[in-house]
Amino acid sequence: MSKSNFTRRGLLKTGAVGSAGIALPTIFTAGSASAFTNAPTGGSVTLGFNVPQTGPYADEGADELRAYELAVEHLNGGGDGGMLSTFSSKVLDGTGILGKKVEFVTGDTQTKSDAARASAKSMIEKDGAVMITGGSSSGVAVAVQGLCQEAGVIFMAGLTHSNDTTGKDKKANGFRHFFNAYMSGAALAPVLRSLYGDDRRAYHLTADYTWGWTQQESIQAATEALGWETVENVLTPLAATDFSSYIAPVLNSGADVLVLNHYGGNMVNSLTNAVQFGLREKQVNGKNFEIVVPLYSELMAKGAGANIKGIVGSQNWDWKLENQMGSRYTGTNAFVKSFGEKYGFPPSQAAQTCYAQALLYADAVTRAGSFDPCAVVEALEGFEFDGLGNGPTLYRADDHQCFKDVLVVRGAENPSNEFDLVEIVEVTPAEQVTYAPDHPMFAGGDLGSCNPGA
Amino acid sequence: MDAIILQILNGLDKGSAYALIALGLTLIFGTLGVVNFAHGALFMIGAFCAVTLNKILTLGYITIDETQKDFLGNPLKVENTYVETWFGPELGAAIIDWSVPLAILFAIPVMVAIGFIMERGLIKHFYNRPHADQILVTFGLAIVLQEIIKYFYGANPIPTGAPEVFRGSLDFGVLLGFDPNVIIYPYWRLVYFLFAAAIIGAVFAFLQFTTFGMVVRAGMADRETVGLLGINIDRRFTIMFGIAAAVAGLAGVMYAPINSPNYHMGMDFLVLSFVVVVVGGMGSLPGAVLAGFLLGILESFASMNEVKSLLPGIDQIIIYLVAIIILLTRPRGLMGRKGVMEE
Repeated sequence: MSKSNFTRRGLLKTGAVGSAGIALPTIFTAGSASAFTNAPTGGSVTLGFNVPQTGPYADEGADELRAYELAVEHLNGGGDGGMLSTFSSKVLDGTGILGKKVEFVTGDTQTKSDAARASAKSMIEKDGAVMITGGSSSGVAVAVQGLCQEAGVIFMAGLTHSNDTTGKDKKANGFRHFFNAYMSGAALAPVLRSLYGDDRRAYHLTADYTWGWTQQESIQAATEALGWETVENVLTPLAATDFSSYIAPVLNSGADVLVLNHYGGNMVNSLTNAVQFGLREKQVNGKNFEIVVPLYSELMAKGAGANIKGIVGSQNWDWKLENQMGSRYTGTNAFVKSFGEKYGFPPSQAAQTCYAQALLYADAVTRAGSFDPCAVVEALEGFEFDGLGNGPTLYRADDHQCFKDVLVVRGAENPSNEFDLVEIVEVTPAEQVTYAPDHPMFAGGDLGSCNPGA
Repeated sequence: MDAIILQILNGLDKGSAYALIALGLTLIFGTLGVVNFAHGALFMIGAFCAVTLNKILTLGYITIDETQKDFLGNPLKVENTYVETWFGPELGAAIIDWSVPLAILFAIPVMVAIGFIMERGLIKHFYNRPHADQILVTFGLAIVLQEIIKYFYGANPIPTGAPEVFRGSLDFGVLLGFDPNVIIYPYWRLVYFLFAAAIIGAVFAFLQFTTFGMVVRAGMADRETVGLLGINIDRRFTIMFGIAAAVAGLAGVMYAPINSPNYHMGMDFLVLSFVVVVVGGMGSLPGAVLAGFLLGILESFASMNEVKSLLPGIDQIIIYLVAIIILLTRPRGLMGRKGVMEE
């Protein structure tokens, strides 16, 4: 008969002590290496590109993704380097970020806040993304920015134009390169005065969500400061497709300007309806009736076709900027060349802002010498740069908003080709669109402090 | 007064689309007893028939123009359409300009074929299944069709213009003695309303005055007896499915210039069209048409500022509100027959 020395209790004790002993060093090493979420350990670093791949803004999302892929290629030393050669900061040398090869994962925001949060969460938790970027809706941007703040990763916003993104919903871990509704109003107002005079009556149709509200508020304030009167502001459901019943009352309202605070498919449909109802041929108060679309995009112009001709709006960037407005906008041509040669058409403003955001992040990490979000925040706050296509730009520390020139554009009357649908009317200097960090339209939020997570 | 007339006119074209889709839905429900949630997708595919024909007519070849430069500074590639090369610039341009009305001819065979394939290939296997199964399978089909369209045409709306002559608008107010520019109505919406009226008239005439229609109506009333008389009612019902698909498709083709087609437009109309069918009375063709126009006009009125300032948000719920009231007072809908979906 053999007698075992092992008892059940003894085994458990030994096991517990043994596992604690094995676990102890990893707790310490994990603690020392990961002072922040998803600290890259191997020879590569993973970025998360969260863009609408389905849903109404899928075309914008596709262009954003093209830009990110191009940025990754350039960061890793591929292609012609694009804007790396024109960027005023020279620390990026095509060897990845801090010597680590850049890899990426993609998520689908579906242009829905909950889906966008879920895909960002999955990229952070499952794929180990150290930074999330992209998106084509302010609702999505605000939701994902909140998530990244909690998770302790950096969020570099894509196309988001609501004042709230860097206003009441601003977060320390979030940064926006794109312009905002206030800037659109400030840039558009002087041009609207010179084109249409200072005695106008405006009627607003507004998409009923955060972006629509803040844009309407901004444009109303800017035009009323000119002396314009606001006749009416009608909120339209985001899901609306036929706007004729909203357009019809405009005819007899006494208004002589219609402001469409709509984006994407909404704007294409409302503008088409407005043109069908003969608004553009109408004379009211002895003046030609005018339509204004404060936020423009090339993709929308394509969707609206001939209806967009002559209609004024604002943009963050345009691929013709450097050719038409000079070398102040250096970087534009370099980007258009690499993007155009790779994909066969010029980039949209969504592509440019996303490409710039990817480079700005990589640059901030390199200058900081660390992927730690708090180091990145410090490197980006108050960072002044040039050569990314928008002219001299400041990433303001107070609200993490970029301040740069804003374009006032108009639908081309005689486009020479399908890429030439938008013509630049004027470039409004950054000083003219700059506002105080505590401006009432941006008040109420708190940047808080950076969260490194882990 | 002018605002009221304007909103009635406005409601008519939206009502036309509702009525045409609801008519097709009712035809399918009345004959085959299937609740077809893919019907909105058929409307959407109709609109994309217009887009497709336009794309086919503008197919072309590329010549290099050395005198002009493209956005990268390379010699400009100029696109020339085959249609303009073959028929001369004037006739060619006219053909392209009229691509939406021409798409009617293109859409009829396409839609009938899609209807046949849908019915024979998928839906017939669900005749003896509960309505819930039919709804699930047709809804799934709608999503599949929608995603296919998105794959090929992208997510953004594609502008598809009406012929040049219909692009302006009619000063309706002047005809009624109002001041000029008070009641303006786009020509194409007028065309759409007349077209819808013609299609609805044609469907009713077909059912009322042809032997085929008579058999179908008899089958809708008592399928078993018609079958016992030795008539192959199933084959006729399949043909009716094709006709219903064509009606939805034509509604979509002509709608393309009103709102640029996008892959999601079918879903936008589908839910409302179902409300229309229910309000009109399940299985009642005149009910579907009546309710279509009624709800279109009501929706139009509800989005007037005067109404919205009294009842904010009313424009988004009016149709459902009216549906609830009608169903509470007339549970079978406006013109519903006894015994439909009541077994």
